Amino acid sequence: MSKSTSTFPLSIGPTHPAFKEPVKFSFEVDGEKIVRTDMDFGYTHRGIEHVARERNFIQVIYLLERICGICSVSHPMAYCLAVENAAGIEVPPRAKYVRTIIGELERLHSHLLWTGVAAHEIGFDTLFLHTWDIREKVMDCLELLTGNRVNYAMLTIGGVRRDIAPEHYGILEETLDYYRELYNRTREILLEDLTVQMRCRDIGVLTYEDAVALCAVGPTARASGLPKDVRIDYPCNAYPDIEWLRPASPRDIGKEPRGDVFDRMIVRVLEMKQSVEIVGFCLDNMPDGEIVVESKAIKLINQLKKVKGDGLGRYEAPRGEVAHFDILDEREGPAQIKVKAPTYSNAAAWAVMFNGAEIADIPIIAASIDPCIACADRMTVIKNGCGGLSFTAEELHRLSVEKQKRIKATCGNS
Amino acid sequence: MNTAKMLKKMSRSLWAFHINAGSCNACDIEILATLTPRYDAERFGIKLVGTPRHADILLVTGTLTEKIRENVLRVYHQVPDPKLVVVVGGCGSTKGVFQESYAMAGPVDTCIPVDVYIPGCPPRPEAIIYGVVKAWLKIESLEKDNAAAS
Repeated sequence: MSKSTSTFPLSIGPTHPAFKEPVKFSFEVDGEKIVRTDMDFGYTHRGIEHVARERNFIQVIYLLERICGICSVSHPMAYCLAVENAAGIEVPPRAKYVRTIIGELERLHSHLLWTGVAAHEIGFDTLFLHTWDIREKVMDCLELLTGNRVNYAMLTIGGVRRDIAPEHYGILEETLDYYRELYNRTREILLEDLTVQMRCRDIGVLTYEDAVALCAVGPTARASGLPKDVRIDYPCNAYPDIEWLRPASPRDIGKEPRGDVFDRMIVRVLEMKQSVEIVGFCLDNMPDGEIVVESKAIKLINQLKKVKGDGLGRYEAPRGEVAHFDILDEREGPAQIKVKAPTYSNAAAWAVMFNGAEIADIPIIAASIDPCIACADRMTVIKNGCGGLSFTAEELHRLSVEKQKRIKATCGNS
Repeated sequence: MNTAKMLKKMSRSLWAFHINAGSCNACDIEILATLTPRYDAERFGIKLVGTPRHADILLVTGTLTEKIRENVLRVYHQVPDPKLVVVVGGCGSTKGVFQESYAMAGPVDTCIPVDVYIPGCPPRPEAIIYGVVKAWLKIESLEKDNAAAS
């Protein structure tokens, strides 16, 4: 029997309870085994980069916050870093520390959220409810500091909008102690429980070589043994002051990285502890002073209106590196912004992870990179011949250079 | 289906199916948070189900993008009558922050009839529970009208 008759197509999505977001997978399966994967994105494409060109610098912050409701600090952070980079604005030290605290609290809540979702995907609903229950504590903390559970509106260009008041320190410390106490118990459930191990060990393997070749980022890359972390490689905010910070790796608990779903869980559990310690460090070493360079929005916009140039902002979101490239062209708002979300980098790794996996493992493998389709819905082209377009690296580079020239030409004319 | 029959069918626990119509995840995670121990919506009989065929309520989050429009319509038709549609979040109610975008098919009510709007970006879990209660109240007021008419 030829191979073409033994395989059949299996289509999942775009609206499927296994995925929290609309994404369509077209698998080619041989019995229970997946032999080929194709993906269709774009269901949540909202044209944010286009809308951003119609808004001014301050409005864009709140627009970009709504790229993703889970990493709603990461996108504005990368944008603010990019604009500050272009305009040469130096952020006050206290603002840097406040930014780091909010960013790390967000990472903590995002990883707890992921753990819950992963537990739900392997049918371990008790664990799902447990992690989401303990997640409420950090949500309370974020609400106290910023006024909202999600979409914090905390950042602005040149600093932060709200300070951490003296009465908040005690509550923050108390929250950190709560997580420090819970850490061992949670780690035990996640990393030593047999149920979790049986479902996650050697499932969805991404080797070190593949992780390098496919440019995986964030916990997905770190679980494959690739020590890649923007917080350490290109430190911004308070990260340069934290000398003990290292990319989390399964080696930290004496396990050789295998690049499977379980390793991704180990990395995220270790990062939760890291986040708690980073927030603790920031509280202990909080500098005094201003929290923003220019608090009046109109004045700030007028200042940025005089800038011509471009800037790159890179930040380690909970899911991996998020990069924003902004072009400023003496306008009230950015002339062009480009968003590179972590899932955009990690989606290509899905094709490798699914190869040879069983149908029953699709939900947990899909969840293992902590996908955020809403972030990634800019444009993705998958190269595997399932009727999709395919580009080589050289072609993509050529297209990118051409677009850059085109943008520069239009900026020059306007 | 006549109103009396419809009301009889609805006087029980409301099961919800959640569809993401181009949302940013914020409303989605707040819906999930609503079901977790702190807010525990299941004690009121509100439960998320895995298929539209089992649902009484359709929870729609997001702005309704052009690409997902057809799917939302299909899911709406898959939910058995009688059904209620609850839009969660500002985007689905008014397009929210994405007004000028080329990728929008418009607010959700341009595609399917909506019964309850829950504003907020994102609405708090309490607001989501309140919205579902509003849907219940809508049924009750229909019930009264029906009793008065007969």
